Amino acid sequence: MFFALIESFRSALASIIAHGLRSFLTTLGIVIGVASVIAVISVTQGMSSFIGETFASLGSNSLTIQSYTPFEDQMKGIRARLTPEDMELIERRAEGIASITPILYANRSSQIKFGSQTAFSRIMGTTYAFQEVSQNYMSVGRFIAQSDNLTRRRVVIIGDKVRENLNMPDNPVNEYVDIGGEWFKIVGLMEAKGEIMGQSQDDIVLMPYNTMRSLQGNQARTDIQIQLSLSESAVLENVTAQLTNLLRNAHDLDSDEDDDFQIQTAEQLMETFDTVINMVTIVIGGIVSISLLVGGIGIMNIMLVSVTERTREIGICKAIGAKRHHILMQFLIEALLLSLLGGLIGLAIGYGLGTLISSSIPSFPPASIPLWSVALALGFSGFVGVLFGILPAAKAANLDPIDALRYE
Amino acid sequence: MALIELSGITKYYEMGDQVVKALDGIDIEVIENDYVAFIGSSGSGKSTMLNILGCLDKPSSGQYHLNGKNVESLDPNELSEIRNLEIGFIFQSFNLLPRATALGNVMQPLVYRGIGYRQRKDMAMQALERVGLGDRVDHLPNQLSGGQRQRVAIARALVTHPSILLADEPTGNLDSQTTIEIMQLFDDLHDEGHTLIVVTHEDEIAQHCHRVVEMKDGRVFNDSTSNSAAVTS
Ligand SMILES: Nc1ncnc2c1ncn2[C@@H]1O[C@H](COP(=O)(O)OP(=O)(O)OP(=O)(O)O)[C@@H](O)[C@H]1O
Ligand SMILES: [Mg+2]
Repeated sequence: MFFALIESFRSALASIIAHGLRSFLTTLGIVIGVASVIAVISVTQGMSSFIGETFASLGSNSLTIQSYTPFEDQMKGIRARLTPEDMELIERRAEGIASITPILYANRSSQIKFGSQTAFSRIMGTTYAFQEVSQNYMSVGRFIAQSDNLTRRRVVIIGDKVRENLNMPDNPVNEYVDIGGEWFKIVGLMEAKGEIMGQSQDDIVLMPYNTMRSLQGNQARTDIQIQLSLSESAVLENVTAQLTNLLRNAHDLDSDEDDDFQIQTAEQLMETFDTVINMVTIVIGGIVSISLLVGGIGIMNIMLVSVTERTREIGICKAIGAKRHHILMQFLIEALLLSLLGGLIGLAIGYGLGTLISSSIPSFPPASIPLWSVALALGFSGFVGVLFGILPAAKAANLDPIDALRYE
Repeated sequence: MALIELSGITKYYEMGDQVVKALDGIDIEVIENDYVAFIGSSGSGKSTMLNILGCLDKPSSGQYHLNGKNVESLDPNELSEIRNLEIGFIFQSFNLLPRATALGNVMQPLVYRGIGYRQRKDMAMQALERVGLGDRVDHLPNQLSGGQRQRVAIARALVTHPSILLADEPTGNLDSQTTIEIMQLFDDLHDEGHTLIVVTHEDEIAQHCHRVVEMKDGRVFNDSTSNSAAVTS
């Protein structure tokens, strides 16, 4: 049995090589299927491991609170808000918070001008505590000081990308920029942080929170974001529960009403990304399994042709003593080798494709192929080969020797 | 008990509304170490007969006992085993594997016996040398002459040392010199204790055998023990 098996492998290989082009075309379906699986997996896996690292560096002990309006309420014109009073409340009453800062986004144009250069950027008002919460460090100059906020000074801190976009000198400190028709003095340049998911973390302009409020005309109904970091000993779940309680009370929510705010942790954000990526993987996996199915049918087709072509040979083998399982094995192994070959070629192409995609999109994380996906791809193509090889192989094995010998 | 016992064997082929009676009631016995020639005109049913003896084909009716076993009761795998272990078959049309070399062809029956490559090769080389083809082992069938192919087919039948050798026109493509050599080989095999059944057109070969069975229209027409059997060339 063992030697017969080796012999089956040898003759299967010989016949695959003998029909080189045909074998290749036959495996094309499998090649394409496996190549796309591997390409998708390598890109998304590279992405998710990169995202993991990025969020880990953001710190898992920081929280963001923002207002949340369900879609139905939005249609009714209702807007949930997070107010400066909410923040004061949290500051006064919540425990386990190391630092807390409001963030107020510019609600009109986010245009910024320097000389004749104009750029658009994320402009937000915040306090000195932002530096601690979001771990921003200064490359030149200083961060927003408490006094800047109290006296509503017209100063800004810019990210490196903004400096670049505005064609500013390497040290932009003490230069003036125009935001919304007002002049602001640059007091600091932040250290470059690079990009997450192709979005620059350095395309950002910070000004004192109160300055931003006065720019917006001190509206009573501002909607702010609150960022806070937890103290060492604080337990995330406890703090979240406490914040939820405080805000629900402050917003007069009945017990049957949903929260009109969202508390997000960096971890949650990461999980959201992960779910999206997993969904993409599953959807594409589904499409790809269809192409593997088509590939399998291609193999079955060519194996049936091959059985017919070799009917006489099968008859000869049976006449000199081949049993059913000898013939069955030979054709099954041939189908298996064909599809595994396709799987291997697909693996190589998929990896190449993944690397190409990752490297051709700037700042995209490098492709990575986890071992399980290699096992999956080869396992699946082998399975397809056996599954679709069984019918032709059984057909061959069941041939009557004398009929097969007489076949022309 | 005879090695081979046929009783009332028929083989009918239905061709539309016409029935071809390839074998039409054969009763015959072949004892162990017998040396039988089947002769008869073309279409008389010799090959059909040999196919049934070789457990390749099944009769339409009648009983075939081989070594006391009723062949009809055996399943396809058991028949394969008998063909592999007990029977060496030399086909009228050679039936070589086109994609295997002479050596590969001769080695093939041994694969189904589970013999390792090295031993298979040694045995196959011996068989090929015995038929005088030791220098053509790496040739594919289509790179061999008719006579050489015939000898590969003979080597393949011999390589398993079968107790029964069935040969359908084994010398049909050979020159007289090679024919003599092959017949000498058959004589040796007979002396070694094998049972030989040879289908032939040629009188000289029939003369070689101990027993000559003449067939006509699917029946045994004449069954005689040849007097010249004792005389060896
Ligand atoms: N598969 C088949 N279908 C129909 N008729 C067949 C088939 N095989 C053989 N026959 C017929 O059976 C008869 C016997 O054929 P067989 O091959 O046994 O003859 P033979 O004695 O071997 O002849 P030759 O000496 O020419 O080889 C012939 O008339 C042939 O036409
Ligand atoms: Mg014949």
